[in-house]
Amino acid sequence: MSEENEFLLEVDNLHTSFFTDNGEVRAVNGISFKLTPGTTLGIVGESGSGKSVTAYSIMQILAETGRIVEGSVSYKGENITNWSERQLSDFRGSKVSIIFQDPMTSLNPVFTVGFQLEEAIRLHTGKNKMEAKARAIEMLTLVGVNEPESRIRQYPHELSGGMRQRVMIAMALCCEPDILIADEPTTALDVTIQAQILELMQDLQKKMGMAIIMVTHDLGVIASMCDEILVMYGGRICERGTADEIFYNPCHEYTKGLLRSIPKADNMNEKLMPIGGTPINLLNMPEGCAFCPRCENAMKICLTQQPDEYWVSDDHLASCWLNIKDAVIAQEGAGA
Amino acid sequence: MSEEKYLLEVEHLKQYFPVSQGFKKIPLKAVDDVSFAIRPGETLGLVGESGCGKTTVGRTLLRLYQPTAGRIVFDGDVLFDSDKGIDVDMLPYRKKMQMVFQDPYSSLNPRMTVEDIIGEPLDVHKLYSTKQERRDKILELMELVGLNAEHAMRYAHEFSGGQRQRIGIARALAVNPKFIVCDEPVSALDVSIQAQVVNMFEELQEKLGVAYLFIAHDLLVVHHISDRIAVMYLGHLMEIADADDLNDNPLHPYTLSLLSAVPIPDPKTARLSKRIILEGDVPSPLKMPTGCPFRTRCNYATDKCAEKMPELSDRGNGHYVACWNR
Repeated sequence: MSEENEFLLEVDNLHTSFFTDNGEVRAVNGISFKLTPGTTLGIVGESGSGKSVTAYSIMQILAETGRIVEGSVSYKGENITNWSERQLSDFRGSKVSIIFQDPMTSLNPVFTVGFQLEEAIRLHTGKNKMEAKARAIEMLTLVGVNEPESRIRQYPHELSGGMRQRVMIAMALCCEPDILIADEPTTALDVTIQAQILELMQDLQKKMGMAIIMVTHDLGVIASMCDEILVMYGGRICERGTADEIFYNPCHEYTKGLLRSIPKADNMNEKLMPIGGTPINLLNMPEGCAFCPRCENAMKICLTQQPDEYWVSDDHLASCWLNIKDAVIAQEGAGA
Repeated sequence: MSEEKYLLEVEHLKQYFPVSQGFKKIPLKAVDDVSFAIRPGETLGLVGESGCGKTTVGRTLLRLYQPTAGRIVFDGDVLFDSDKGIDVDMLPYRKKMQMVFQDPYSSLNPRMTVEDIIGEPLDVHKLYSTKQERRDKILELMELVGLNAEHAMRYAHEFSGGQRQRIGIARALAVNPKFIVCDEPVSALDVSIQAQVVNMFEELQEKLGVAYLFIAHDLLVVHHISDRIAVMYLGHLMEIADADDLNDNPLHPYTLSLLSAVPIPDPKTARLSKRIILEGDVPSPLKMPTGCPFRTRCNYATDKCAEKMPELSDRGNGHYVACWNR
């Protein structure tokens, strides 16, 4: 890819580890993806699959014990992994913003909502106090907070969960970033409020044209929101493609299992088919495919060798040996 | 609904909590006039947004709270009747009614081994004569919920979330109950593990004939597991119907918007479906609107809704709806 400007963000072979007392936890193991302006990328996976850590690695807001050990994150062609803290704080908030799962804990309880919004605006745009206040009110109106003039004087505890998440979105978007990372933005909210927030995010994307990285475990949220989907398991991408490809033509055993295990309109009166076993322990990663211990159709090669990504169709990649089973068998036969 | 034999009948149940506001104490009406019944071996799903009182209903049924008013009849015995002043000692009934909690991390004592956790209800109700019998029962229960019997001497923290939930279920099953309140038993679990636990609930019901009150906010899971579903909003029961009937033919405007808000894990249907987005938030239960509590967010609301809360009325096939306009 020589045309760097085509993509907003390029993540190349990213490895992020946490160094704990029990050893190195490899949360992200070689993730690569590219983000096109104005699109929505979904990252799905269960807890511990490394989806949030990927998001935090892009923002470089990892916990103290965490470090990007290999690979790069490039924003508009510039590698940001070796930027200084100063460059980064300029980058965060104005170019890339993040909203977190829990709107209860991600706002500071001792400052008013207005103060927190104005702080972000003044930090990144150099506007004065009055202008920042006007911008804060404008943003709150945009995200559908009623009576914004009185809301900016309120403290977070005076707002409901949905309202707080709207304030978080307003704060994230007040400097018109190119990328909005949403880390489980609706998990803590009720379904009716979740619908409001998802609608709002789609609406704002149309108005402001930012790209969204949607990190979630909810396949329902992903289905309605995303242009492209990455399915993660054990810190690796096991499958990627358009929403239709992932949902109607899943080519990785984990994705297939995941889709079988959720209740849908067509399996209401049948038994669900759960994925057996338990999620992997990141301290003790298997040598081959991460999903191998829980996979029903695992082959000999799955135990020892990590599969590469193979094109399944024009816009669909999967890393599963089973897709090239015949080639594997032929090779094994030739080797033996 | 008198002909049929019900396992549990709840009539006009009210649960108010006193809340201090300044110097005044005002009642928070967590559950207000809720009536329903559960047949033996049936699963009734209870759905609603957070704060609508669904957990309170479950806990009040088991008398973990002292009900403010109403009548609870279990298996022919009146457990509570505010009019007649009946209020029985619950200990013998705890053998028949049990509970599984939402959070498998905080509902197990970290200082007890699995054997003691599952064995505690046996100790309380003295359900064994020899130590060997106790141990055999515990191992049998562990096997029943799919736990490895060799793990009996381990502590709760050594297990994953899904396994812990199995321990909680084994503990509830230890006394061989007829009825279990399941309070969001799968919402703390990962998607791939949820299906395992949901299946286990279904299998145990087939094997043991136990009835569930399945409280959850995930409508797809509730629809999957339940025979009938009840929808709550701000302490009131809005609609109760057969699970498929409710899904295909929701009548209450709140149920309509609740169902349309569920993200469907299917891109094509998701693109086609039109969400009914509710305006605003759930009102505070301390400042409950007059009449129907849903009228402030309802598209169909009329003047009548502000005057009086509609009663649940039968629309055929056991489909009950509390709405003036639908």
